[in-house]
Amino acid sequence: MTTVQNWLLDDSPNSKIQANLGNSYRMFRALMRNPLAVVGGVIILTLVLAAIFAPWIAPQTPLGQDLGARLLPPSAAHWMGTDELGRDIFSRVVYGARITLMIVALVAIISAPLGLLIGAVAGYFGGWIDKILMGITDVFLSMPKLILALAFVAALGPGIENAIIAIAITSWPAYARIARAETMTFRNSEFISATRLLGGSHTRIIVRHVLPLCTSSMIVRVTLDMAGIILTAAGLGFLGLGAQPPLPEWGAMISRGRTFILDQWWVATMPGFAIILVSLGFCFLGDGLRDVLDPKQGGKS
Amino acid sequence: MSTNTSKTHRVKAILSAIGGFVIVTLLTFVGLMAITFFIGRVIPIDPVLSVVGDRATQEQYDAAKIAMGLDRSLMVQFIAYVGDVFQGDLGRSVSTNRSVASDLARVFPATLEMATLGIAIGVGLGVPLGVWAAARKGTWIDQIIRVFALLGYSVPAFWLGLVGLVVFYATLDWVAGPGRVDIFYEGLVEPRTGLMLVDAALAGDWQVFWNALDHLILPAAILGFFSLAYIARMTRSFMLDQLGQEYITTARVKGVSEWRVIWVHGFRPIRVPLITVIGLSYAALLEGSVMIETVFSWPGIGNYLTVALLNADMNAVLGSTLVIGAVFILINKLSDVLYRILDPRSR
Repeated sequence: MTTVQNWLLDDSPNSKIQANLGNSYRMFRALMRNPLAVVGGVIILTLVLAAIFAPWIAPQTPLGQDLGARLLPPSAAHWMGTDELGRDIFSRVVYGARITLMIVALVAIISAPLGLLIGAVAGYFGGWIDKILMGITDVFLSMPKLILALAFVAALGPGIENAIIAIAITSWPAYARIARAETMTFRNSEFISATRLLGGSHTRIIVRHVLPLCTSSMIVRVTLDMAGIILTAAGLGFLGLGAQPPLPEWGAMISRGRTFILDQWWVATMPGFAIILVSLGFCFLGDGLRDVLDPKQGGKS
Repeated sequence: MSTNTSKTHRVKAILSAIGGFVIVTLLTFVGLMAITFFIGRVIPIDPVLSVVGDRATQEQYDAAKIAMGLDRSLMVQFIAYVGDVFQGDLGRSVSTNRSVASDLARVFPATLEMATLGIAIGVGLGVPLGVWAAARKGTWIDQIIRVFALLGYSVPAFWLGLVGLVVFYATLDWVAGPGRVDIFYEGLVEPRTGLMLVDAALAGDWQVFWNALDHLILPAAILGFFSLAYIARMTRSFMLDQLGQEYITTARVKGVSEWRVIWVHGFRPIRVPLITVIGLSYAALLEGSVMIETVFSWPGIGNYLTVALLNADMNAVLGSTLVIGAVFILINKLSDVLYRILDPRSR
């Protein structure tokens, strides 16, 4: 164990892999010292495990109806009670983890690279390219995200795929801003000029040298944004514009439970606890990651 | 002489700030209109088909296309659209069969009333909580306020609205239920401003006033919680910056009371940046009210938007988007320019 640790923390690593692994290990140790970040990490890990092992964790299938067991309160047999079709709410919440995870992952995969690329190109080239790209970014940035997502879904039609596209369209500008600011700080550095002198093309410089340097602040920002993405997706589901029934999406489940809220409170409240827990997890983890990866911003806000 | 030049200098700075504000705001408006235009004319499969139906003959289709002005180039259409919007023409709503502009004028005050009380609650509680957390940095009070504020980023607004209804209306019966007033008070006061509280007060009808307040307080408080979370977090971070400065230490060494150090020496300099934060959260409240209004059947712009969404009433959807977006942009940019004018460093 100690030999592995010594190898990881070696001051003069012998290979790129060793250096990178060593860095990751140092960050991981710094993260483990922050109790809230650990709590956040455990919550996210639970979400991922619940999504992967849903069929083994959930006592029943998410769609299995049992009209004889409608609207039962929470009990030993049904931890979170049952809904209006006799489906076990706990099982649906567990399967819902898959949908939530898919939404946040896809939004991140679409919007983060898009924002990263636009920001890096704007910051690297400067001039009128920068002006045009950042003008478009600023227009999107100064608009209310939820309203814009609603309008896009209205045009594209309800459904989980369109909800993901709409949220991604409204999420990229923040990333473009960050990537541009990062790029501006080192666009005139010597290593960039050296690569230029050695004949490296603009594409090569952006892809191999600029983008990797922007990723750490990007990871922090994406993690912090996850809570907002989850809330927007749940909101779209609640309004009937996101995931459609009978999919066990948490927001859509709350929407169904709304009808019974006064007498069978558990139908609508239980999925809400899942949303809060996962969003809080991302907030805690994001805060911790920021302190480790982005010390400049640490302590602020 | 020197005060005179610094005065003209200051006037110039203010004028340039205002000029920049006008230009940037106008450009952003055009950008907003480009987006709503794009959503409305380009994304839907075919706006002509949605009007004439798919059994129309080619002649009917072409006639409708020309009547709708869709045979012109996209650029010409966009310019016509911008002209319509500036004249207040947002088209006709399919579901209410009235002009979208008059619909929006009718529902907007309800949202304004709720968001204004919401921001009052958010500022009234958020600023003291933030200052308190900063003054007690690292203690359990700071931690509780921090988790409380993070909850504001993690709780779905619609869920909190539902839970609030169950707890405070159905169980405790402390507040009135959904809607703006009880049904038998409906239409009793003449809508002069559209703000129910103001109208009732103007009419001197205090029964309606208290009933309206009873209905308003829960959704406004829930809305206020979300701005409270943001305002408290920002206030804390601004205050920590100030309290770490050397002049604070000097004041403490001089024996200035802790209360004075915090509220006079520490708080005064952060009032200006706080204006921007409050402006941002006020704009965010207008957006947040969409979810809250749906839960509380509050007849505001958010409710209007969601009803239009479910009826695929595109004119109403885009009109609401445009108005909410425009108000959002205006408040954003206004707090920006206010900050620049008020910031003592710009003097």
